[in-house]
Amino acid sequence: MSKPFLSALELHQQIQAGERSAVEVLDETFSTIEKLDGQIQAFNALTKDIAYATANQVDQKVKAGETLPLLAGVPLALKDNIHMEGVKTTCSSKILQDYVAPFNATVTNHLNRHLIPIVGKTNMDEFAMGSSTENSAFNKTKNPWDVARVPGGSSGGSAAAVASGQTLISLGSDTGGSVRQPASLCGIVGLKPTYGLVSRYGLVAFASSLDQISPFAMNVSDLAALFQVIASPDTMDSTSIQDPPQVDYMAELNKPVEGLKIGYIAELLDAGLQPEVKAAIEKAIQTYRDMGAMVEAVSLPNIKYAIASYYIIATAEASSNLARYDGVRYGLREMDDKDIYQMYLATRAKGFGNEVKRRIMLGTFSLSSGYYDAYYGKAQKVRQLIRNDFSKAFSQFDFLIGPTSPTTAFKIGEKSSDPVQMYLSDIATIPVNLAGIPAISIPCGFDNQHLPIGLQLFGPHLSEAGLLRTAYAFETQTGLKNLRPEALATV
Amino acid sequence: MASAVAAQTKYETVIGLEIHVQLKTATKLFCSCPTRFGAEQNRNTCPICLGNPGVLPVLNRQAVDFAILAGLALNCEIAPLTKFDRKQYFYPDLPKGYQISQYDRPICGMGYLEVMGQKIRITRAHLEEDAGKLVHAGAAGLAGSTHSLVDLNRAGVPLLEIVSEPDIRSSEQARAYAETLRNIVRYLGICDGNLEEGSLRCDANVSIRPMGATEYGTKAELKNMNSFRSIQRAIDYEVQRQIEIVESGERVVQESRLWNDATGTSAPMRSKEEAHDYRYFPEPDLRPLVIPVEWINDLKAKMPELPEQRLARLKDQFGLSDYDASVLVEFKELGDFFDEAAEYTTHYKALTNWLMGDITGYLKSSQKKLEDSKLTPKALAEMIAMVDSSKISTAIAKKLIPDMVETGKSAEALVEEQGLAQVSDEGEIRKICEQVIADNPDNVAQFRAGKEKLFGFFVGQAMKLSRGKANPELVNRLMGELLKQ
Ligand SMILES: [Zn+2]
Repeated sequence: MSKPFLSALELHQQIQAGERSAVEVLDETFSTIEKLDGQIQAFNALTKDIAYATANQVDQKVKAGETLPLLAGVPLALKDNIHMEGVKTTCSSKILQDYVAPFNATVTNHLNRHLIPIVGKTNMDEFAMGSSTENSAFNKTKNPWDVARVPGGSSGGSAAAVASGQTLISLGSDTGGSVRQPASLCGIVGLKPTYGLVSRYGLVAFASSLDQISPFAMNVSDLAALFQVIASPDTMDSTSIQDPPQVDYMAELNKPVEGLKIGYIAELLDAGLQPEVKAAIEKAIQTYRDMGAMVEAVSLPNIKYAIASYYIIATAEASSNLARYDGVRYGLREMDDKDIYQMYLATRAKGFGNEVKRRIMLGTFSLSSGYYDAYYGKAQKVRQLIRNDFSKAFSQFDFLIGPTSPTTAFKIGEKSSDPVQMYLSDIATIPVNLAGIPAISIPCGFDNQHLPIGLQLFGPHLSEAGLLRTAYAFETQTGLKNLRPEALATV
Repeated sequence: MASAVAAQTKYETVIGLEIHVQLKTATKLFCSCPTRFGAEQNRNTCPICLGNPGVLPVLNRQAVDFAILAGLALNCEIAPLTKFDRKQYFYPDLPKGYQISQYDRPICGMGYLEVMGQKIRITRAHLEEDAGKLVHAGAAGLAGSTHSLVDLNRAGVPLLEIVSEPDIRSSEQARAYAETLRNIVRYLGICDGNLEEGSLRCDANVSIRPMGATEYGTKAELKNMNSFRSIQRAIDYEVQRQIEIVESGERVVQESRLWNDATGTSAPMRSKEEAHDYRYFPEPDLRPLVIPVEWINDLKAKMPELPEQRLARLKDQFGLSDYDASVLVEFKELGDFFDEAAEYTTHYKALTNWLMGDITGYLKSSQKKLEDSKLTPKALAEMIAMVDSSKISTAIAKKLIPDMVETGKSAEALVEEQGLAQVSDEGEIRKICEQVIADNPDNVAQFRAGKEKLFGFFVGQAMKLSRGKANPELVNRLMGELLKQ
């Protein structure tokens, strides 16, 4: 890793120019994975054959003098809850341990059309339920900045793969912060798009009204490019926005932020932040002011109810979405000589981990007859209040800022015995999914132990271009991009 | 028996029907699998209707069209905004562990249906997906079977569940309601309306209360009636059962009961099969559906003729009797055939007679449906014209029907082929009559002695001699003349 850093876009340009072949790039990628992943455990499985087939196509096109599609040849890691036809999609769960996807996710088709080699499926919290990737049935993914710490979650594998330099780009899914929080904890960038901009077809559902496939990268330009590849209407997803504005997300990155009105969310700065995190956010506020933006406090009074609302809505949807894992048609089946109900019980008892079971029970309870209005009904009302808070804020401000996570990466095992403590760490990310708006996490400094801190930028619906531009300006101003842990640089 | 009759007049029967109409769309409600009946097991399936992880539903617009058409025909309010909900329970024929249905915002709201001169209010009609089918192995039914196999061909097929208010007061009326509804959905072309094959399924909520009471009694839900007759029988049985319970001082228990047509009885379903908390909640994978007025108006414009309208028209336009018109309405294919044939003839009465008499009779005896027949409406109209113009006799026409049905040939072609054209040549018929008189001197003597009844015999012999081809009117006239000589 001593060679000078290349961004995904630069790598793509070199491949296009014939300076390096896509196959050589893949060779290097797999040798890096071999060196690092025993320790990092970002991947559940590698998909070498498929990746090489794509790389060969890239090289043939280059030889034939053809123009490559965006990001062609740049290896990518895919979260293990997104389908690749003929490859296992395990969701890091025993219940899907041997489940082979029968079709490609829509985003997988986009990646294939762009000739982006998919090198493997990355580890995650089981069914994307968690904030540390510790709830995986298979692997313990480490934070590349300190292998005693978690990478965040649930897309911890995809974040760690990029942070450790195994790939330059990856895809995760963000239901309550599952991309932004690991991006923050791993010192990379992650974007949760507007709900409906990226197709969910082929993403194994956790909470359907909140889930959104989301990109990771080392810097905002690469992130914008990857987002450009995957954001597209899809008739297979009824919640997909069918006529989004046609935007070139990379074209506007250089526009200045001078004169922008930015609100920092007061509640999120008061919410028991680790002091270094608070200091870094305050410094970021100053940075924006220095760049000519107007930054003022804004209050979102209802976001203090976001966690309660989220854990009712998300678990209710999850309890329903996970009902299909019954052992009848696919996945794990624990046969019992008694009857079908015993088979259900045995299959689900053995197939699901504790956190998944906990959430299925929570969700089942809150939808039960007699409790619906008090829980699910009320949570939906709170969700609307939070949406209203955001719309009101966006009537005054172009964008909002705040922390991504109240703390930097915590130790493996530190919170795993206390689920409520773990849930509370999602306070800054969850409101975004409830409101369906886009948000991005970018590095904004380090704590005393040199662990990365993330800054979160929030935008109104479909404001991704402006959001990326606002993030890009900060990244350019501070130079906080393409961060790589020194410990790994010597590997 | 006397006491049973007395008991029946003491109580009023209250019935509400829930009818599931399987919509005849080309594809399933949320995926593009075909809905064709009778395919090999699990052939009409895909990852979506198999409930694989990662799949999403996409609503079939044709199913929405069909639901709106039904709603309009049932005088329902069509919801400007409707949504889908998940109804959750575990069962092996339900791939996702939930059924996508509609809970609090059905596509069709309050409506009504006129049955036997009375308005039966309709509470609602909503869209939902069907479940698959279990095939129990090792025994005839679930009891005693060693294992079950799942066929998911039907999983995801669109259903419209039509729920009536408890406005029905007799089993006869319940049956009439179901039959009327069946006719409507068939006229709309949205369902085969076949109870035996399950494209129409009817559950009945039945309770009794003392005559004059305003509160409802405890109801039982009857299931598994596979014919209109069994709907009526199951309700009659249930009413009698409830009367006996109440008369003996006991209380009716709210339960679901399975009708057994073979034994003519019903029995409660196992409580495990009905004790569900369905945990309904809005389907997050589908956005609420907005139905603009233009969409509804568009369908209104395309609305086909409904049974009631056809009945009025057949009487009005063609002067058919109540009975004839209602038969043509009841048997839609027959009515369609009539309408088409009526474009080629004005002998409407003859047309109904042929259709409802010889043609239906032949189809029945040869176990065929009208759809299987090769007889065209135009050919039938031409045959009627030939009878009318005495080219063939009615007797010959009757003989031609089987061949016309089987071969699709015109009456003219068949007459030609078989040499059956009517003989109206006076000279020829006179010869035949003379022959008959010559052959039967005894009968002639008797006739001339005053036994006039024998006239029919002579005519019959003449027709026979001509192999049915002689013009009967001419035979009558000439035979009369000759015998009087
Ligand atoms: Zn299907």
